[in-house]
Parts: sequence; structure tokens; C-alpha cells
Amino acid sequence: MSTLSIPRPEPVAQQSAPPAAYVHPELAGERHVLHVRGFSLHYGKKQALFDVSLDVPERKVTALIGPSGCGKSTLLRSINRLNDTIAGVRVAGAIDYQGRNVYDRSTDVINLRKRIGMVFQKHNPFPMSIFENAVYALRIAGERNKRTLADAAERALRATALWNETKDRLHGSALALSGGQQQRLCIARAIAPEPEILLMDEPCSALDPIATAKVEELILDLRAKYSVAIVTHNMQQAARVSDFTAFMYLGRLVEYGPTGTIFQTPKRGQTEEYICGRFG
Amino acid sequence: MRGPLHDTISRATSHAMYTICIVFTVFILTVLALVTGYLVYLGFSSISLSFSTEDPTGNPASPGGMRNALIGTGILVGLASLIGVPMGILTGVYLSEYDADSWLAGPVRFVCDVLAGVPSIVVGILGYELLVVPMGRFNGWAGALALAFIMVPIIARTTEEMLRLVPNSYREASLGTGASKARTIFTVVLPAAMGSTITGIMLAIARVAGETAPLLFTALGSRYLTTNPNEPFPSLTVQIYKYATGPSPEEKRLAWAGILILISLIFVLNLSVRIISRKMHTKAE
Repeated sequence: MSTLSIPRPEPVAQQSAPPAAYVHPELAGERHVLHVRGFSLHYGKKQALFDVSLDVPERKVTALIGPSGCGKSTLLRSINRLNDTIAGVRVAGAIDYQGRNVYDRSTDVINLRKRIGMVFQKHNPFPMSIFENAVYALRIAGERNKRTLADAAERALRATALWNETKDRLHGSALALSGGQQQRLCIARAIAPEPEILLMDEPCSALDPIATAKVEELILDLRAKYSVAIVTHNMQQAARVSDFTAFMYLGRLVEYGPTGTIFQTPKRGQTEEYICGRFG
Repeated sequence: MRGPLHDTISRATSHAMYTICIVFTVFILTVLALVTGYLVYLGFSSISLSFSTEDPTGNPASPGGMRNALIGTGILVGLASLIGVPMGILTGVYLSEYDADSWLAGPVRFVCDVLAGVPSIVVGILGYELLVVPMGRFNGWAGALALAFIMVPIIARTTEEMLRLVPNSYREASLGTGASKARTIFTVVLPAAMGSTITGIMLAIARVAGETAPLLFTALGSRYLTTNPNEPFPSLTVQIYKYATGPSPEEKRLAWAGILILISLIFVLNLSVRIISRKMHTKAE
């Protein structure tokens, strides 16, 4: 991949405000489950997101792509307010979910996170049994009925194609599973409470190609029930797995549209250059 | 100064240094072995079953045993742990999990570090003024509280260090599923650090079981078997002190036996800590 023609953004002093993001018209026809409106974020003095507006369609897979440091993970983590745990974070703008701004003072963050599940880059099952991992979310919601827990665990593990591999050792340690299995267990943990939205932050980057293929297959199946937003470094993965793709650069949304269109006939020059591997 | 002479001097210096290191090591190990051997020999020859089945008789010629002291130390350390362990763990949790950089955490950490190094006689005198004088007499509660006072800073700092070692990904995963912070700490983070925390607690117990000065001023010690902490309370360390500094050779022999028991206890606790640590490390791999 040539790095000779990395486009340098013009120095700010000489440039007028960067062009607004181009949102393809096909998105308007979708039902949306989440609306990011004019969202900005600062880590202390450094601004990481600049006035991002994005609507996440329902029951589709939306990929966020862009070079390192473009803010895609930051945006994803802002949706379920996981950035609250980082000191010095300031936000502006809104993220509307179910008619209310997620950053409202009155929002119950705990409840929010029960309806928006998250899967992380490095698989992180708890040091407990496979069963306990799968039902963790239900237990903290207060569910005690053994039958309900067992059913939920089975459902989640079947959905992630782990059931056959683990049904005989549900109470064995989750850490004894392979990397790919652990990540699928983390996905099972995230979907067990039946959230509406599933956020996935580079879920395959720590996995080998075979495990990656299995997880990608799983993501395509998850579309039937959940709205998925996935951050990925891997453009081919975005092309394989997503219905819509958003390209971000230096904290701004550059272009957003159906995956096919973004990859074949992007409207913005920067998008095209990234897709063709000229930078990033 | 290059050349063969230089090399020879260089090599000779290396050898000399190496020899000096070996000599010092052997010297220290020999001294340690002799002292320990002497202690074990003295203690062994004085130990008998009656040590743990009889109470002191008060008769210098045949002093009986130290059963009350053994039980006394057990109860004092037990009570101290009941008070000190939860307080220490919760302080450690606060320092690590809640506002790790808040205005309160810095001073608390500093105070813990200072208190962990305070001479135990200071704790004893503090206990006397605050706990013995108001109650009017020496008592076991004061002794237990003085020991707890020593335990808390040690356990707090160890717990904090161990909690910090738990990877952040566990916390994020738990918060991501909608667990509250407290839930996350007590169902995921603390259990993940539990093995190391337990070793920290065991080391604190080993430290406190061997303390004499705080108990001298608070529990005072007693010749009788008692389980009532409202009275002066016996303990192994104080009993050893009394016998070892007294005139009676019979009592002195009992003191040696007591020392052997104390050292064995601390040895066993430390060994357990090592075994647990090793098991945890191999499990983590």
C-alpha cells in the first residue's frame, strides 16, 4: 500500500470550514433507531469528534470505517455513554434514543446500557463459568428463576453457535475457551438480555481468520433481531458484513451511505482515497 | 590499557567480586541457620503437650502451659480481622475504584502509607489513652482494636494495588451490560483480585499475630483462660515477653517454646501465601 500520496489536510488557517458530510439519500428511506445530532466530544483539551450527525437504521448492520484516530470508536462508545468512565471527557450535541437524548441529566445510564449491548475489541469474558458469563446481564437485572436463566443462556449460546461446543461444560471456566469462542461468548453475553442495539468495537481484530469468518457469519444472522453498529479497521470486512457504511476522518463524518455505493461510487474524494488504500 | 594484561585484571576482578558475593551470602545464611537452629533446639526441648493443654499456674518452678495464651491470640487476631479486614478492603476499593484521583484519595493513600509504618508501641499507647482509660481497665476489645488499627492500612494498600491490576476490560464489559458500578466492583473486579487480596490479608494477619507492644498497653495479658474481651486478655506474645524477662528458668524455657510456636505460625502463613500465589500464577497462564 503506497504511502507516498497521503493527502495532507490543508492547514486550518487557510481553509474554510470542511465540507459537510455527504449522507446518501437511501438512508432517508430507512427507519432509524438512533439519531446522533451535532455530536462533539473533547478529551480534555483535544477535540475528538466534530459535530457528527448520523442516523443508525433499524435491524441493519452499519459499519464505521476510517483511519486510526478518526473517532469511530469514540463515537461508538459515546452511544452507550461508556466514555463517562474516562476522566476529562466533555460532550456537546445530542444522541437521541427512543425519543430522548442519551446525555440528558435524567437518563438512567444503567437502563440504557441494558438496551444497548456492547462487544469489545479484545474478548473479555469474566473469570467465571461460561454459564455465568452468559447470564450475567440477567442476574444483575434481578432474574433469579433457574429455568429462565437456563433458557436465556441456551438461547444466547445457540445464537452465537456456541451451544454445541459448550453445552457439556457450561459450568467450566470461560477462560478455557479459545479466543474465537471467547469472543462469541462475549457476543452471547451482550445479546442475552435481548438489547435493541448492539455496538461492536472491532470485534474480530484479535481473532484468527477462521474465527473471524465465524463471527462475521454471526453478525449477518444477528441482523434479524438487532440493529448493529460495528467499527472496523478492515474494509473488506465492512464490505462483507454491513448494509450501510459511514466513513469518518479526523473526527468528522465524511460520507455515509449504502455499503455498495460507498465502496463503488463514493461521492467524496477522501472516501475514495481511503477505500483505494491511499492512506490509513 | 588494552591487551592481555587488561583482560587478566578484568577477569580477576570479576572472580574476586563473585567470590565476595558468595562469601557474604554463605555468611548470612550460616548466621541465619545457626540462630534458627538454636531457637528450634531450645524451643523443641521445651515443648510438650502440656504447653497447649495447661494454663499458667503462676508457680515459677513449674509454670504449666500456655493454653490460654494460644487461645487468647487466636481470639484477638480473629476479632481484629473481623474489624480490620472489611474496613481495609473497602478502603482499598475506594482508593482504586472510586475517584482514584479525587482530592480525598491522595491524602487517604498518604495516611495509609504513614500509618503502615508507625511503630506499634505508638499504637499501643494510643489504644491505652482512647480505649483503656475510658473503660477503666485493660480489656480485650482494646487489644483487638489496636491490632485492627495496624491491619487496616496494610490491607487497604494491598487491596488497592491488587484491584488496580485487574484489567479495565472487565470493568468495561460489566458496565457495558448495564451493571452499576458497585455491582461491577463486587461481582467482577473484587473476585478477580480475590486471590491476591487474600494473600495480602494473610500477611497482615501474620504481622499482627506477632505484635507485642500494642497488646501490652491495651489487653495487658492474663494468667487465666478467658474468652471475655471485657477483661484483661491473654496473648502469646505478651506471655512470652513476661516469661522471657522474668527470673525463673522454667518460665524462660516455656518462653522458648512459645517463640517456636510463633515462628512456626508465621512460617506456615508465609508458606501458604507462596503456594497460593504460585497456584494463581499457573492458573492465569
